[in-house]
Amino acid sequence: MPEQPEPKRYGRGLFLATVAGGVSSLFWGKTAWNAVSGVVSPAAGTLAPFLPTQGWRIYTVSGSIPSFDRATWRLELGGLVHQPLSLTYDQLLALPKVTQVSTFHCVTGWTVKNVHWGGVRLTELFDRAKPAPDAGALAFISAEEPYVDYLTMQQARMHDVMLAYEMDGKPLPSEHGAPLRLVIPEMYGYKNVKWLKQIALVPRAQNGYWENLGYDRDAWVGHSNGFTS
Amino acid sequence: MHWVNAAAFLVLLVTGLFLYIPSLEVAVGRRPLLKDIHFWTGVCWLPAVILVALLGDRRGLLRTARDVEVLQPSRFNVGQKVNAVLTAAFAVLFLVSGLFLWLGERDTSLRFASTVVLHDGLFYAAFALLLGHLYLALIHPATRHSLRGMTLGTVSEEWAERHYPRWIESGDGG
Repeated sequence: MPEQPEPKRYGRGLFLATVAGGVSSLFWGKTAWNAVSGVVSPAAGTLAPFLPTQGWRIYTVSGSIPSFDRATWRLELGGLVHQPLSLTYDQLLALPKVTQVSTFHCVTGWTVKNVHWGGVRLTELFDRAKPAPDAGALAFISAEEPYVDYLTMQQARMHDVMLAYEMDGKPLPSEHGAPLRLVIPEMYGYKNVKWLKQIALVPRAQNGYWENLGYDRDAWVGHSNGFTS
Repeated sequence: MHWVNAAAFLVLLVTGLFLYIPSLEVAVGRRPLLKDIHFWTGVCWLPAVILVALLGDRRGLLRTARDVEVLQPSRFNVGQKVNAVLTAAFAVLFLVSGLFLWLGERDTSLRFASTVVLHDGLFYAAFALLLGHLYLALIHPATRHSLRGMTLGTVSEEWAERHYPRWIESGDGG
């Protein structure tokens, strides 16, 4: 067997190329993924129901997911209103129901398309509670302490903002905020407060949980938190 | 070194899956504990591997590393070498993207839209690599004899002659 020349060290190149490609993907990964998933989206849409997470990622800020007891659960609505409300789960379900299909965007980069929500509009509650003239914003208080976030009255009245107790045709799963969560598709996920137990009308919006950690208070999808689109 | 790496990867895989898949997550419910285990295992992973390398047979590992870089069959076949190289690269990328996931929760300027894509993509790539590795090491008839080499340190001469002729030729006992 003839003497071989010094063999080429492809291994090091492969290692460095993989690392460099991976690190640089921090800058192009999302764009590339969007392009690819745009092309394969019909297939991905068919496949999505069979994926374990269906595209969702669950974030919590405390040790455990709040439990829901249908008998004792109440949605309290108070603060700057003429008629405070305390709704049982059944009373909530008895309110005029709306459904919508909207896309859920998380600020960390993932998106779930075509989520089927069922629930009630906030305006339905306003009709009953009658906000005082000096009410400028709402505090959405989660059973998962200390999570809270705020919307202005104007934002809360947008046509596709809702309190959802159904997701994809079933009662809202516990990891998605059972029994009730806020849904505001135009804003990133952290505004969509889960495990909602109380709504307080207040004079003006303040920083919510993530906003105290540096996120934007007006979390418009594509136009906040450093995103431009 | 192989087993430190394998143990860390499996802990990260299991805790990661429990954090990632809602039905598993609800079954356990102790998310902060899982997250701590995942985080600290991830942080300790590379230092542990490096520590083992430094405290172990440095010369032997260096020789192995040089050998692995040359993508031709010798003591290892090309698949094993590519597996080793990619595993090392993925480990670095997991650490980098994982740290950015962690930092991004604390400082929004370090939160990139692609961090999740990279960490998830790595998971799928590394998982596929692991499945291939396990199949070839445990099941595939032509290669599973290597497992004996991994665990006992010896392989049958007849098998080595058939699968690793250059290694036999070189006379390098490893």
